Formats: sequence, structure tokens, C-alpha cells
Amino acid sequence: MKTDMSWLNTFRQSDLTHFEQTSFPSQRLEDWRYTNVSAIEKKQFALASQIEKLDDNAKSRLAAFTLNDCYHGIFIDGFFQASLSTLPESITVCSINEAATLHETLLAPVFNQAIESPHGFTHFTNAHFSDGIFVCINENSQLDKPLQIIHFATQEAMSATRHVVILQNNATATLIETFIGVETQTYLTSSVLEIFLRDNADLTLYKVQQDSDKAYHFGGTYVQQADNARFTHHNFALGSVLARSEIISHLETGAQCELNGLYLGANRQHLDNLTRIVHAKPDAVSREYYKGILNNRARGVFQGRIVVDEDAQRTDSQMNNRNLLLSSDAEIDTKPQLEIYADDVKCAHGVTVGQLDEKSIFYLQSRGIDEDHAKHILTFAFANEMVDKITVPSLHDCVFTQLLARFPEGAER
Amino acid sequence: MLKIKDLTVNIGTKEILKGLNLNVKAGEIHAIMGPNGAGKSTLSHVLSGKSGYEVTGGSVTYNGKDLLEMPAEIRAREGVFLAFQYPVEIAGVTNVYLLKAALNAIRKHKGLSEVDAMDFLTLVKSKTKALDMDEKFLYRAVNEGFSGGEKKRNEILQMAMLEPQMCILDETDSGLDIDALRIVADGVNALRSENRAFIMVTHYQRLLDYIKPDFVHVLADGKIVKSGGAELALELEEKGYGWLEQA
Repeated sequence: MKTDMSWLNTFRQSDLTHFEQTSFPSQRLEDWRYTNVSAIEKKQFALASQIEKLDDNAKSRLAAFTLNDCYHGIFIDGFFQASLSTLPESITVCSINEAATLHETLLAPVFNQAIESPHGFTHFTNAHFSDGIFVCINENSQLDKPLQIIHFATQEAMSATRHVVILQNNATATLIETFIGVETQTYLTSSVLEIFLRDNADLTLYKVQQDSDKAYHFGGTYVQQADNARFTHHNFALGSVLARSEIISHLETGAQCELNGLYLGANRQHLDNLTRIVHAKPDAVSREYYKGILNNRARGVFQGRIVVDEDAQRTDSQMNNRNLLLSSDAEIDTKPQLEIYADDVKCAHGVTVGQLDEKSIFYLQSRGIDEDHAKHILTFAFANEMVDKITVPSLHDCVFTQLLARFPEGAER
Repeated sequence: MLKIKDLTVNIGTKEILKGLNLNVKAGEIHAIMGPNGAGKSTLSHVLSGKSGYEVTGGSVTYNGKDLLEMPAEIRAREGVFLAFQYPVEIAGVTNVYLLKAALNAIRKHKGLSEVDAMDFLTLVKSKTKALDMDEKFLYRAVNEGFSGGEKKRNEILQMAMLEPQMCILDETDSGLDIDALRIVADGVNALRSENRAFIMVTHYQRLLDYIKPDFVHVLADGKIVKSGGAELALELEEKGYGWLEQA
């Protein structure tokens, strides 16, 4: 570690101490009651190391998920790959290790400021991250193409990355986080992303978690939205055997927050989604819509909390969670929570859990479509509502293809 | 084409059809009329393969095959089509995809290749136009937010695209105003052919003003109690069903 990164090392040391004391979160903690992560510890992963080169199989997997109409920041096993990346030149963007010295004045004052309730995974990530991305977009500037951050795991190991994104006043950008791995590889990927949106900034963030079906995934996104800042998140949890996703956003006056999510579990996948939207000041608007599809013995968790502070008058908030259980062994634990301390607010929430509609299946069968195909069509349609919200064409195509692979002939290519 | 013999059907422990006989030949149009609760909808559902009905006796032969043995989708592929009384709304599935998937399933069953994309589009657009439907309907979710008349027209559009042999129209006139009724009837009349048969299940005589049946049957208390020509419908309109049920 370089000596001029001392401020960052101070943070690392403090998180390391916390992590050594508490390790990964236990189910005794309310936010972790539905998710048992003890399997990760049992694996006793070593920290990943920098690999020399990718084999052909790995190369083709990486290529399949690299979007053609975007900039790219590529991490392999947590290490930034400058030679594979194509970063935009019009904005401040570099690896976080570089930023710690090059952009200390931007980074040091905000680092860790958006993480409201740290736990074992945030401590672990802060203590052990190998690298990450730092993005800062200047006042009134706009990123002309989406920036795709690809996390590609190749080793049976654990890797951690730490990212910070700052959008100054009136700045606009679209970011995409893609998590993938070599198929059937066992690993832990842990990522913590802090986002600071200054007045009237506008960020659209996509996350596509398509880790290998034996992988463990933690991804935390912690956002601060200043006055009138807009944050739109689209969260696709498709891969891994055990995944925990956290999105926590803090809204100042007039901020707008939109959280969309789709979790698609099969076999023994466990997909946990925690979201928290904190309305700290008046006149902010939040819209949350998460959908889940669970098949076989898969288990989904949705914990959505909306907090409306005393000051946050005229808050307008809606939260909706809809689940489709395709098998009698599948399970969903859904817990929407409203905590309201202001008196002039408009808050609504709804949850549904159901199966495919028998009448719809019969209607399709009566037109010559067999039962399995009918179920694929109906399930695809349920999920596609979320996929349709993707406005980056190459990303839409990529997720659509993933969905179609899960539900063949569910829609027209 | 279709022979129904002594058909008895239960829903749970309740007997709904109590020995129904009907013989339909290619090219014929049969109207089945009757009071509410007589078993009209049960008959159309049982013929199309809907679950929830227990056939306790009798037989249904379609083109020499045992219809009741076939799953619903095989019946459809073999040419049986039910125009629903209450067409189902399916969010997120476009009309055009349903039509294409259904057409291809039927073509595959017949040993034909998938329909060419351009040919399909030309065909579906011409059929849509013939039913006085806006092309935009093709790209909307199946029946979602459609008016009653639009839903019924959509059923006829599916029928026109899939070209079934045995068409069962379940209360197709219900919920239609006179203009919509005329469009639907024109659509059905355009499909009349010597290779195709229709069973029209209806409570009212009104539809029969537009689609002239060859035979009219009165279904009451699970049986066909009277059969006749088109003139029987007018007699029913005048006298109601009461005189038959007492008989």
C-alpha cells in the first residue's frame, strides 16, 4: 500500500477491526433475519489475486456481457483492468486507488458518508477492497454514453471492490453495474457503491447481477440525494446461489427516487433484497416497484422500508412488491415497512403473492399452445414489465436474452 | 364431424348435463338456446377441454377421434375453437404474439413449417382490417382494457387467423351493441364454409337474425328437449322457455 493513501488506510484499519470483531452478519440482526450467510464463512475463501490472462472461455463470457454502446470500466477478480477498459475522457473517472491520491480533495470528504448502517459486509469490503471506480461529473455536465462497470470473477476466491460516484449540481449520467463470473465457479463478490447526487443531479443506475450459480454476492448501494436530485435504479437479481442486495437512499427537499427491481430465483437460489428510502426533508417523491419470480426451492426476500422524518412534510411515496411463486416449494418473505413521523404525507404500499392464473393458462391452451409454453409466456410477461423499463438498447437486449433463456419461447425474439 | 352421445357431466357432485345428444356435420350451423343454468356454458367448456368438469358418461367423437381424451391444446390444434363468453385479459402478452404462437403451434401439429414473418404480418393485417379493428390492437396486451365489443371482435380475429373446423361461439352476442354485433356476425359469416361447422350457444334469438342457423336446439335442464329449424328460434322468442321446460 502506498504511503500517500494514508487517509484511506485509516478507514481500512477501522473497518478491519470491526470486521474482525463481528464477521459477517448473523440472523439475530433484524435486517438479516431471513438470510443465513454462514455458508460463506465455511467456504474459507482466500482473497483473489490478479490473474495474468483470461482463457478463451472467460474471454467469450466477458465479451457476451460487454455492451457495445457504452463506456467500460472492467474489473477482473476485483482488479481494475486499464487495458480492457474504455473510460470516458470528458469526466473525472479512474480507479479508486488512483483517486485516493489524485482526487483526494473530492474523495476523502465523502468517503463512507453515505453508509448509514454499516454491517459485516460493508466492513469486509472497506477492509479488503482491491480496487474500485471513482467517478465525478462536473456541475452542469452530462455523460454522453452510459458507463458500464463490469465485475468479472474467475477464481475460486473472494474479491471486494469499493466505488464512489459524485454528480455535481445539475450533472446527468447513466451507469450500469454488471456482475458476472466464469460459469459454475464458486466465489464471493462483495461490492460497495456510494453515490452523492448534488442539487438537481440526475443519475440512472442499472444493476445486473448474473453471477455464476454457485457464487455468493453482496452488493450495497448507498445514495445521498441533495435538493431536487433524481435517482432511478433498476435492479436485476438473476444469478448466484446466495445474493444480498441493498439500496439505501437519503432524500433531501424535492428529491425523486425510483427503485425498480426484479429477482428471478430457481433451484436453491436465495435472493435477498433490502431497500430503504429515507425522506429526510419535505416534498420528496419516491416510487418503488419490485417483482419476484421464484421456482423450484428458491427463496426470495423483500425488505422495503420507507422512512418519513418529522421534517419531511408533503412526502409522496409508493411501494409495491409483487411475487409469483411457480412451485409449492418456493418461498417469499416480504416485509414492507412504513415509518412515518410527519403528519402531512401520502404513502401507499402493497404486496401480492400469487401463482399463474389458471384462466389465462387455459385461454392460451384453447388456442393450441401447450401448458408449459403457456406458463413461459405468462411468466415472461410478468417479468418483462421490469425489463421493458430499460432504456439502454444493448442492455435491454442483454437482459431480455437472459430472461428468454430462462423462459424459452416466452416472447418473440 | 362432431357426435355427442348421451353426455353426462358433473361439476363436483352436481349433475349439469344429463344425457345430451347432438350431431354436427361439416358446413352446418347449430344454435343451442336455453334458459340460464340449463348447461349451455358447461357444454362449450367441456368441448374445449376446460378443467373442473367431470364427464361421468357418454362420448364425444370429433372427426372419428375421442375428443374427451385430448388435452385442450390438442383439441385446438385439431381444429376446435372456442370463442369465449368472457375473453381473458392477459397483461404483458401482445395480441400479435399470441396469434403467431398459436398459429405456429397449429402448423407444427400439421407438420408444416413456422409461418414466414412477412406472410404472417400481411395476413394478420388483412384479417384485422376485415373486422374493422385498428392495427394498434395487434400490439396491445391480449384483451387488456378492451371494451366488450373489442374483446368479442378479438375472438373472431383469432378464429379467422387459426381457421378452425369446429367453431364454438359461447354467448358471443352478450355485451354487444347493434353495430358491434353486425361486425362480429359479418366476421362469422365470412368464415362459413362447407368444411367448417359452428355451434352457437346463445340465450337470445338476436344473434340469429344476423347468423342464420341450419338447426336450433333447446337445451333445458341438461338435455336437448326440442330441435328444429331456424323458425324454432322465433317461436322461443315469442313464447319464452317456460312451455318447453314443463313439457
